[in-house]
Amino acid sequence: MAFYRSTVLVSVDPVCVEKGAYELITSLQDELIKQGLIDEVQILETTRIGDPQLLGPDLMIYPEGTHYTNLTYYDIPRLVEEHFIKGRILKQYEAVMIDSIDEELSAPKTKEIRVVLRNIGVIDPRNIEDYFAYDGYMALGKVLSEMSPDDVIQEILDAKLRGRGGAGFPTGLKWRFAKQAEGDIKYIVCNADEGDPGAFMNRRVLEGDPHSVIEGMIIAAYAVGARQGYIYCRAEYPIAVSTVNLAIKQARSFGLLGKNIMGTDFSFDLEVRVGAGAFVCGEETALLASIEGKRGEPRARPPFPAVKGLWGKPTNINNVETYANVPQIILKGAEWFSSMGTEKSKGTKTFALAGDVKNTGLIEVPFGISLRDIIFDVGGGIKGDKKFKAIQTGGPMGGCLPESLIDLPVDYETLGQAGSIMGSGGMIVMDEDTCMVDIARFFMEFTQDESCGKCVPCRVGTHRLLEILEGICEGRGTEEDLVELQELSEQIRQNSLCGLGQGAPNPVVSTLTHFMDEYKAHIYEKRCPAKVCRSLITFEILDGPCTGCTVCARNCPVTAISGERKETHVIDQDICIKCGICYQVCQFDAIRIT
Amino acid sequence: MTSDQNKDAQNLDDIREVVENIGSARADLIPVLQAITNKFGYISQPAIKELSGLMNLPTKEILSVATFYRMLSTQPRGKHVIQFCESAPCHVVGGREVFLALQEALNLEPGQTSPDNKWTLLTTSCLGVCGVGPVILIDTDMYGNVTPEQVKIILSRYD
Repeated sequence: MAFYRSTVLVSVDPVCVEKGAYELITSLQDELIKQGLIDEVQILETTRIGDPQLLGPDLMIYPEGTHYTNLTYYDIPRLVEEHFIKGRILKQYEAVMIDSIDEELSAPKTKEIRVVLRNIGVIDPRNIEDYFAYDGYMALGKVLSEMSPDDVIQEILDAKLRGRGGAGFPTGLKWRFAKQAEGDIKYIVCNADEGDPGAFMNRRVLEGDPHSVIEGMIIAAYAVGARQGYIYCRAEYPIAVSTVNLAIKQARSFGLLGKNIMGTDFSFDLEVRVGAGAFVCGEETALLASIEGKRGEPRARPPFPAVKGLWGKPTNINNVETYANVPQIILKGAEWFSSMGTEKSKGTKTFALAGDVKNTGLIEVPFGISLRDIIFDVGGGIKGDKKFKAIQTGGPMGGCLPESLIDLPVDYETLGQAGSIMGSGGMIVMDEDTCMVDIARFFMEFTQDESCGKCVPCRVGTHRLLEILEGICEGRGTEEDLVELQELSEQIRQNSLCGLGQGAPNPVVSTLTHFMDEYKAHIYEKRCPAKVCRSLITFEILDGPCTGCTVCARNCPVTAISGERKETHVIDQDICIKCGICYQVCQFDAIRIT
Repeated sequence: MTSDQNKDAQNLDDIREVVENIGSARADLIPVLQAITNKFGYISQPAIKELSGLMNLPTKEILSVATFYRMLSTQPRGKHVIQFCESAPCHVVGGREVFLALQEALNLEPGQTSPDNKWTLLTTSCLGVCGVGPVILIDTDMYGNVTPEQVKIILSRYD
């Protein structure tokens, strides 16, 4: 690998690009060539660096860990002269000095710990040598030279690593089952079908550090005795697919995949399989059916894939994040790993923070952190300083938790007890302007759409739940609806074949439990407190603020607004379709929603 | 209809080529269907018939797989395919308003193709760029932080 004395990471997130990040890169390249430093300084593009509230464009220079912000391309000659030639920090543009200590590289928030994400944005994912430089494939070397398959399984058991795909099953046990299963042919599968809306942790790991997943899979293959593996990645992630394919090619060329890995008699190879857009394929048995070229429909378990999986052979299937944890555990030991987290949930977890929170994006925190710390410390609080209303965890099969529960420590058990799930790690923060009945309806729309249709409770049940919720949102709700929602939810949960159906009622049950007053307002008062449900709100033009500019009337798609220029306009409620366009286009806040 | 049939008939050589490149084993079916959708926009009836012979599978089996996955289409699609992310993170940051603006600008319901074959409007599950929602994907161009006002401007970039 080419060695550089310095690496410049330039943030190319949308904000920085808008502020000229690419102009900055071009100018930096030109200046480095001019000064003869182009072979000494490497320029890499990365996602957002540090605090998004800063001015940008941002760049970070390693190994010093100096963070510059608010630079423009004409500052570059000075930066190159001062920083790279004279070795002086340009104080004027320095954001925060961040020391690079192990695992906390550039982490701006104290409550984050980076294990799975440690290399993201630090190494070039398209160059295997970068991964080597950060202890890459050292764990595999240790496994092949010093450890028996049983040693490896014991180490993973001792670390108490649990499946990061959502169910939280002990990974070591899964490996042991697959190892003990009879048969000469066994498979290793990585579930990279990250379909949960709002979850994109696996995408970033595959795009930013693909070799950590590949290394974890090779170690798993050695432990269970498999010779062939598959990474099933969803087609919505084209960059992840191409990055992983390249990484596999590079690993093969170094003898880390293929025959006689590292000169031993252990052989293993990997292939990427791309999904075709079906949410249910994230369920493990459906995923295996899809690899076989069939409809991605789940089947009843047992037999579990560890006994009867791909083409009827014993198959070990884990999530991207689970595999990415493995090399670290082997290198640093089970004790190190289990020192993080709570009693039953060890290590760290990545989450994708989205919705009405200031800092959206990927985070990695130790298990046991409170939701409050995630929302208000790591996430920076609610956007626009509005009031927090709920946090939805675990994707569409998860539940919505209210403010009274956000001091709970985050682990598999507590989230389950509170009526939500860990899921794969999506977190959606909702502010006071969110209608919880609408949210329940929204998630039910998703699950009934994604239900594969094989079993009746899920196929028909989710459809009926959706009908009731739509009725409530449209002002047709009755008292009996509340009872039927509860009963039907229980039926679907108990009788569905797979996790999709069993979890489908969670958004309904959790909102019924924590936000009953909103359901009641919709049903008894025909009122949507958050002013979201179109059938239950009216748009009015206020006399005072309206200047008679005619913008609303010109934009109304059904010409429901009338009025003379410079005089207050009026909305004809019989014609109004409540599309909300007048509200959006009004410059004077003259449209009131009631 | 005749011209359509001719067009499909001409495609059969390409279908054979796709199968030769990818393979004819059962596990190759989804990649093959994916490649055909990418190449021609959809999987036609004659194509399914041809595949049935090439891959030694009943046509109903191919059709059942082709209609199961959202990214495979057995219906022709427009010149530009617009995919609107209907997932929760986009929904809570104003996705619905964007979708209404999109529907209004195109005069299409989700799943429909415009009469001039220019646009197909689809909804998609999460595209994994939730930090910049609402998100729309036109062909392979991703647009983030979209507002209802921007919809017409974005659409005007395509011809």
